[in-house]
Amino acid sequence: MENIRALIVDDSSVMRKIVERSLRQAGLSLAQVLEAGNGAEALVAVRANKVDLILCDINMPVMDGLEFVKALAGIENAKGVPVVMITTEGSEGHVVQALSAGAKGYIRKPFTPDEVKQHVLPVLAGKG
Amino acid sequence: MNPSNSNLAATGREHWISTLQLSVQEVFELMLVCPLEIPAAPPPEEGLDITAMVGLAGQLCGILTIRCSSKSAAHMASRMLGIDPDQAGPEVWDAIGEICNMVAGNFKNKISGLGDGCMLSAPTVITGAEYSLRSPVNEEFRSVLLFEGEPIVLSLEVHN
Repeated sequence: MENIRALIVDDSSVMRKIVERSLRQAGLSLAQVLEAGNGAEALVAVRANKVDLILCDINMPVMDGLEFVKALAGIENAKGVPVVMITTEGSEGHVVQALSAGAKGYIRKPFTPDEVKQHVLPVLAGKG
Repeated sequence: MNPSNSNLAATGREHWISTLQLSVQEVFELMLVCPLEIPAAPPPEEGLDITAMVGLAGQLCGILTIRCSSKSAAHMASRMLGIDPDQAGPEVWDAIGEICNMVAGNFKNKISGLGDGCMLSAPTVITGAEYSLRSPVNEEFRSVLLFEGEPIVLSLEVHN
């Protein structure tokens, strides 16, 4: 996977850095990494930039990850861009909610770089 | 005890301390690549001047806290970020808060029926050891583990 433009959405800057490192460890060549601290900031980033992949937390202030995924549907720039949730909310109910909202994958925290690889690569290849 | 907490009381609370220990051990092994040890004897709890806390609301109401020293917190941030402990600045608080958040989430996901029925607050981090925390505690589940030989205190206070 070459020259991927990724948007990482998490209210923890430490977690955003860990996710970025995990993507690189998964073998992704990242051309650009954008960061947002909540769903509202992420919407601004998506409107202003073309991205290939979005990784998004659920529990965040201002606008949570589920609201963000639903709001993406109305943004031309985001059409076809896969979203993978990365969250501590690991219950089946939360997974169903996220997938129903439009997410293509779901990773539970804590996670390993291998798990990121297993969930992100198929989604980027259109098999998620 | 409210009815929802009462229902959870029947679902193996005698295992909650070991479940808490497993929850924090998994977070450290996966995110910090560092095993936590369970000490043979309780270590002295001195100099624990960082407290991270996450509130739980819903079927289970309470507070999960992790206490450790500033030095240990800097080493945790260092391991999470792949930087030298001396380089870890304000991100120390973000790191320990995120660890507490992951432990709380991991714990509730291991308790049958709690995953969807319990919300987590954003983490809060307190610096300093001289403080009093007052809450309507009904029951406390507590464990001390060793991170790089230093104590970290894990506590789940369940509220009325």
